[in-house]
Amino acid sequence: MSSTATRLYGLTAQFDSEEKLVEAARMIFASGYRRIDAFSPYPIEGLAEIIGQKRSAAPLIMLIGGITGAVTGYGMELYAMGYFYPLNIGGRPLNSWPLFIPITFELAVLFSALAGMVALLVLNRLPCLYHPLFSVPDFQRASTDQFFLCVESAHPGFDSDHIRELFGRLNAIAITEVRSG
Amino acid sequence: MLNPKSVEAESTRPPIGPADQLLNPSETFESVSAKIGGIVLERNHPPFWWISFGIAFLLLMGLLYGITILLAVGVGIWGINIPVAWGFAIVNFVWWIGIGHAGTLISAILLLLLQKWRNSINRLAEAMTLFAVGCAGMFPLLHLGRPWAFYWILPYPNTMGLWPQFRSALVWDVFAVGTYFTVSLVFWYTGLIPDLSTMRDRAKSRFSRIVFGILSLGWRGSAIHWKHYQTVYLILAGLSTPLVLSVHSVVSFDFSTAIVPGWHTTIFPPYFVAGAVYSGFAMVLNLLIPIRHFYRLDDLITPRHLNCMANVMLTTGLMVAYGYIMETFTAWYSGDIFEQYQVINRTIGPYGPIYWALMLFNVLIPQLLWSRRVRTNPVSLFLVALSVNLGMWLERFVIVIVSLHRDFLPSSWGIFAPTGWDWLILFGSLGLFCSLIFLFVRFLPLISIFEVRELIASRTEGAA
Repeated sequence: MSSTATRLYGLTAQFDSEEKLVEAARMIFASGYRRIDAFSPYPIEGLAEIIGQKRSAAPLIMLIGGITGAVTGYGMELYAMGYFYPLNIGGRPLNSWPLFIPITFELAVLFSALAGMVALLVLNRLPCLYHPLFSVPDFQRASTDQFFLCVESAHPGFDSDHIRELFGRLNAIAITEVRSG
Repeated sequence: MLNPKSVEAESTRPPIGPADQLLNPSETFESVSAKIGGIVLERNHPPFWWISFGIAFLLLMGLLYGITILLAVGVGIWGINIPVAWGFAIVNFVWWIGIGHAGTLISAILLLLLQKWRNSINRLAEAMTLFAVGCAGMFPLLHLGRPWAFYWILPYPNTMGLWPQFRSALVWDVFAVGTYFTVSLVFWYTGLIPDLSTMRDRAKSRFSRIVFGILSLGWRGSAIHWKHYQTVYLILAGLSTPLVLSVHSVVSFDFSTAIVPGWHTTIFPPYFVAGAVYSGFAMVLNLLIPIRHFYRLDDLITPRHLNCMANVMLTTGLMVAYGYIMETFTAWYSGDIFEQYQVINRTIGPYGPIYWALMLFNVLIPQLLWSRRVRTNPVSLFLVALSVNLGMWLERFVIVIVSLHRDFLPSSWGIFAPTGWDWLILFGSLGLFCSLIFLFVRFLPLISIFEVRELIASRTEGAA
């Protein structure tokens, strides 16, 4: 790896248990670092909050999707049955709303679920088939049984030596400098 | 009357394994990943896979042949006639779509109810939902007579200046089934993403690394990823819950909004949903029991899982039995001679034996599930589940065909007899379903690996 042509992405530390990762995340966050992320093979409750991630915007996006779906569904039915192609069947009102509810409901669910999928991808910046972290030794075990913490160099006042020292005190199994190029 | 002694005996009897018997206590993060991922990556498929897939694939070829002839000749090759215009196609449609319901129940409703036993069975059940809804969706299209014009039922601006009739339950069906399939697909794929990244990281060949890499979208398991992921997944579960109840309700409207005796009843929506869950759990058991045996997954799918599923089956089975009783009661209580004749015709008419077979397979045999030995023995449970699947198909037959063949006017009565093409397409659809299931087992992780890891993590926390 030619280090002259590449840029420092961040520093990672590897841990072998959930508890150590959570402890490390707490300490690094308390030391003032903000551009940090933690990697685990399964969701760990509260970890995102520890590293400063506030509420997810996904529920709002899905709610907007659902409302859009409902309005689209009802609007389409009312337009087609009441205005564009009015049919008088047994004297029923043109805006026969009880009969329009099933499709309104289905489209609300459909749009909301699709909005959820889009929200998941956009908020997580996926798909992202290449990432500098994939070059960290053993990082593939983050999807089986290892736990990683990364401090990104984008943090203003990123101090490589200080972080190394902190990671060392936290008994990290391995500390790796990640470069992107 | 509850005997206090027997209640005491029941409560002191040890439960089926302690709480962590949802998986073998010796399992670790590495061992479950190796075990589940290995099925796909190491390609150590038992002869069972080849034999079952071979049979399923032959049936699938039969289906393609049947459909080809159907398209070339027309629906006249089936046994349908007037008055029985809805033949096997609609029986199969209702049956298949009901089977799909268990997958959503397991993955969404049990998630909301915090039932941990869903974690090792939800993936296969969701795949089953997807494939069953696919099989179901095929039938109304084939039944149209001119399947190539199926898109006329979708609302789109067209030069004919026509819109579908949005007040019709049949159009609701299109939206309900279409939404159900799409949302199930989104839910299934979302659930797969973290496991696909595990597969990417464990794959040995370059080809599978690339394929799983692309499918996993670059998932890194970051805390921020997980946070958004869990939020979206939970809301999807919340959305799927009313959705799954709505789908079979809408299917039941196809019948109950008509005035045909035997169809025109308000009990249909809940009765259809209960029947759907009933047959769906039966199908999950029919798939899981052999797969668990031949892939040696007993450590992950334990007798406790079988017991839980059998309990759900017993409960929904009783609801369905209640539906049968209420149908008969309502016919008598309504004072409507056509409804009353319908009940007599159902029980002692030309299709009487089918009704009694339905009672045997769907009501009597499942009562064996009261016994714990039957619930936890894979062989007996498999046989009971098979009986339920057969019974539920017969129920759909009774609802669709027996109701139609004799309505108000004796001069318009008729008899429906299925032809070989009816049977070929029914068994062919089973072949399509099983082929898809076996391909799924071969190419994707059939148990949710990260959710089993969560179980292991919660177990170690509990021990500490």
